[in-house]
Parts: sequence; structure tokens; C-alpha cells
Amino acid sequence: MTKSNNLDLRKNFLQTRMNEIAQETFALTKRLFLQLIRRPSTLIVGILQPLIWLILFGALFANAPQELLPGGMSYGRFLGAGVIVFTAFSGALNAGLPIMFDREFGFLNRLLIAPLSSRSSIVLASVIYITAISLLQSAAIMATTYLLGYGWPSTVGLLIVLVTLLMLVFAVTAMSLGLAFALPGHIELIAVIFITNLPLLFASTALAPISYMPTWLGWLACLNPLTFAIEPIRAAYAGPFDLDMILIHAPYGEVTGLGCLSILMVLSIGLFLIIRPLLNSKLA
Amino acid sequence: MTAIELHKLVKSYGAVKALKGLSLKIPKGSLYGLLGPNGSGKTTTLKIICTLLAPDAGKVTVSGIDALQDPRAVRQEIGYVAQEVAIDKILTGLELLELQGDLYHLNKATRDKRIQELVDRLDMAEWINRRSGTYSGGMKRRLDLASGLLHEPKVLILDEPTVGLDIESRSKIWKLLKEFHKQGKTILLSSHYLEEVDALASEMAIMDCGTVIAKGSPEELKKELGGDRVTLRVKEFSNEVESEQIQKLLINIHGVRQVVINKAEGYSLNLVIDDEAVLPFLKQELAKADFQVFAMTQSRPSLDDVYLQATGRRLMDRELEVAGQRDFKQENKNSMR
Repeated sequence: MTKSNNLDLRKNFLQTRMNEIAQETFALTKRLFLQLIRRPSTLIVGILQPLIWLILFGALFANAPQELLPGGMSYGRFLGAGVIVFTAFSGALNAGLPIMFDREFGFLNRLLIAPLSSRSSIVLASVIYITAISLLQSAAIMATTYLLGYGWPSTVGLLIVLVTLLMLVFAVTAMSLGLAFALPGHIELIAVIFITNLPLLFASTALAPISYMPTWLGWLACLNPLTFAIEPIRAAYAGPFDLDMILIHAPYGEVTGLGCLSILMVLSIGLFLIIRPLLNSKLA
Repeated sequence: MTAIELHKLVKSYGAVKALKGLSLKIPKGSLYGLLGPNGSGKTTTLKIICTLLAPDAGKVTVSGIDALQDPRAVRQEIGYVAQEVAIDKILTGLELLELQGDLYHLNKATRDKRIQELVDRLDMAEWINRRSGTYSGGMKRRLDLASGLLHEPKVLILDEPTVGLDIESRSKIWKLLKEFHKQGKTILLSSHYLEEVDALASEMAIMDCGTVIAKGSPEELKKELGGDRVTLRVKEFSNEVESEQIQKLLINIHGVRQVVINKAEGYSLNLVIDDEAVLPFLKQELAKADFQVFAMTQSRPSLDDVYLQATGRRLMDRELEVAGQRDFKQENKNSMR
């Protein structure tokens, strides 16, 4: 066999394999979306909950003195970025639920009996699905903040918002998928989701700036991944975005826009690397 | 030719030994029945063949492929119909079949053509577009059978295919399995229903406590056992003393091979006799000793007798014995990924 022939064969093999992975991933993603369309309550609740935050919290602190908020913005504007991030975050936190139910009801076994080209397709389908849902929910909230008069980012700003949300969603999805395989059942998973959700929101700069917080809470907020997502988005809403802009005055130092994004990237890649051995063993 | 070969399989769940060195050869083209009471290791065996479970030790070969070395190739060979049907209730039967087809990488045209064929063949047209959550047990099982067959596997594996089904669904599935068998497909099914294995299987193995205790065709197994079975009662409910007296009396009669007292059924007596000619003589002897015959039934040996012979227990009794011991919740947990 000639060398080029051999190469063709390999290319063909790869091509087939890629097609197979695409086919199975598409089919599995389609299933998740069919579930969502027929049972849209999670989607709706995922939008309603942040909406309630936005309206109630916005009203509660509407008269907060503007000079205490960074850049002298109104509280509604300040809160907007926090709620957008919170929406994406709590959406992505649910990523593990479908997989947990499939584990419990034995549907996962049905998938594992099939000669899947790669079992990553199962994980990939979940990531695609949850990313789409979280972004959709965030977009709905962004539209609401716009209607409430809290502004709209520039094109570059919009790109920053998208990239930031994507990286946060990836990181949180990885964590949730890891939990879905590590925990014994959906009750435990829901419990973890429940107790992660609110404390992470409060211990971030979503609802109040660091200058409002006691030192210990300030420390927590400056270690909280949500803060690294909120601040770039808040900056993107506030005006022209610059990667070198200092966004967080943390007790341990100053973090720039680029710093925030880098931290989120390292976090999402790191989390996927951490859960990989677990997924490999559970899907082996 | 051998379709499936199992060699000295060992599998434990914690302290419970599910398989203790199980070896089995399933010939190509056979309709192979795996008979055994609940908890004898049937499901574990099937799950290992389907690559869902890895054995602690032993070898599994399907169509000559080592299932532990190349599980993906084995999955392609096998269609598996599990015991509890796991379906996504919110999808329609058709959507589930399409998903299944995509997971086996069928192209769309082939997939849809085969789905149509199976829908017709399994009589599913009326409800295939309804959400599967509304299906009855029989409908679910037919849907599952269809998804097991969609990629035209060489080997079809069914775990208790008719357990809990209505008679109509059961006979439909039996008929289909017989058809597949005629077409030369290899079918392996597990069952704890004697009549199911007896009616369907061309070859079979009896499992008990994680090992194979007998194998052959149902006919062979029964024939090997030989003799006729007689159940005798002198009263509707006898007692221990009385039944032991009769046992002593009967065991000495020429042509009576074995007399077992069945305590669970009112101290009735189970006899194995060489042939019918013994019966008149047997009645005479009973009359002489002043015992009346309340009821007497006679039958050819059944698979239950084969099981009884090998284990000293009736299948049903063993079933009841195990029923209380198994912790299904724990077993589910163990089988969860």
C-alpha cells in the first residue's frame, strides 16, 4: 500500500468517526430539547426566578445612594449585570439533572449498550443543551433589563458578555455533570444545587459592591467565580470595554478584565479536567 | 459454530457472589433459554454479555470477538431487551426508535425504512406516535423489542421478555421469537417461567446460585430424567406421621424409584415411577394398608422436575425462599453507573 493511500484510509476512518459522533450527539441533544419543549417549566422558572430578583431587589434598593455604586450608576443598572450572570449560573447548575435521571431510571444503560463512537457524545449533548438554555434565559433577562431602561452593551461589549457567560456556563456545567455522576441520586443533587445557588449569589458582587461588605464577605466575593463573570459584564454595560481595565479591587490585589476572563477560562478547563477521570470510569 | 462463549465467569456484588465460575456455549442459530429462579445470576450473565458489566474474572466472546477487549464491536453484534424497560416517557415510541437508530449510526433512509417494517410487524402503528408514558407493559415491551432489532443484530438477548405481560402480548412475542429462530438468528433469553423455556427454547441451561447445573435441549433434559411423575394424596390434608408411613410402604414397591414428601402441599407425596404399569399395583398395596386414594395425578417429567432433581427444590419454592432475601434497592444502586 502506498503512503498516500494509507493516509486516505486514515482520513476516511476519521471522517466516518466524526460523522458518527455528530449523528449520535445530534440525536441525544434533540432528545433533551424534545423533553424541554414538552415540559417547559424548568425553562420558564429559570427566567422567572431572576426576573423576580431583578424587579424585587431593584425596587428594594432603588433609592440606594448612587455615589456609593461604582461609576455612579443607578442600582437597577448595577443589579442588571448580577442578575444576568445569576441566570446563566443557575441554568447551568441544572446541567447534571437529566443525566442523573437517566442514571436512576436506567436510560443511561440503554445508551451504553449502543455502540457509540464516543461516549463523550453523552456529555457533549448535555453541554450543548445546557449552554443553549442558559444563554437563552440570559438573553431573556438582558432583554428585560433593556426594557427597564438599564441599557444595552455595544457590539464589542456584547461579545464580552457572550464570552464571559460561555466560560461561566462551561465551568458550572462541568461541576454539575461531575456531581451528577458522583452523587448517589437526584435528591442529593438537588440538595447541592439548592445550597450552592443562593450563598454564591450573596457572596458575590451581584447585589452589592465590595465596598458595602464586611472584610470577610469581601474576601469571599473576590474568590467567588460569579464575581469574575459579573464585573466584566457590568463594565461592558457601563461603557467602552478595555481588557486592561481594573475591574475588581480585591484585598489580595487588583484584577483586570483580562484577569477575570483568564480566571474563568482556567476554571472551566480545570473543572473539565477534574471530572474527566470520573466520567471515564462511569462511562467506561 | 458458537455465537456466544462464556468461560469461567466470576462476579460479586460486595459480599454477594452472583456468578461462581459460569461457563456456557451458545450455538449459532439456537434459541437458547436460560432458566433459573430469581437471583440465580441470569441478569448478571446477560449484562456481562452486553458489556454493561465487567466480570471480576473470566472470558466473554461474542461472534468470535472478545467482549472485554473490544466492547464496541460486541455492542454492534447484539440487540438487548432489558428486564425493566427504561424508556423516556415524554418521547413518542417513534422518537425513541429514531434515537436508537441514530445511536447505531443507521442512515436516515435505512433507519426510517426499518422502523416502518418493525412498526408493521409488531403491530404498533396505532400508538407509535403517542408518548411512551401512556403505554401498557405489553406495548413497552414490544417497543423495546423493536429497538433491540432495529440495527439487525446477529444475536438477540432478552431478559425475562414476558414477565408481567398480558397473554396477548406474550403470545405475540413468542410468535416473533419463533419466527426469528426459523430465520436462523441466534436468540438468548432468560426466564424463570418453565413453560416459556419449554415452549420456545431449542437449547437451554438451568442456572442456580450463579452456576449452570444442567444443559441440553428441553426434550433431552426431561428424557434423561426418565420415568413418570405421580402426585398422590390419601387425604386432602395429611400429616407427617401418616405420610411417612406411606412413604415407607411405597418405596419398597418394585418400579417406584423415589418418594418425596411435599410438606408445602399438605404432605402430599411425589413419586417417580418407571411406567404406568406400576399404578394398579400401587393402588392395591395402599388398599391393603387401609389407605384411601384421595387424589392421584400422573405426568411426564417437566423442567421443574429437572430442576428438582438437580437442586432438591422446586423452582417455585426456591423463588419464594429468595424473594425475601433480595434487596432490590441495593441491587439497583449497584447497577447504577
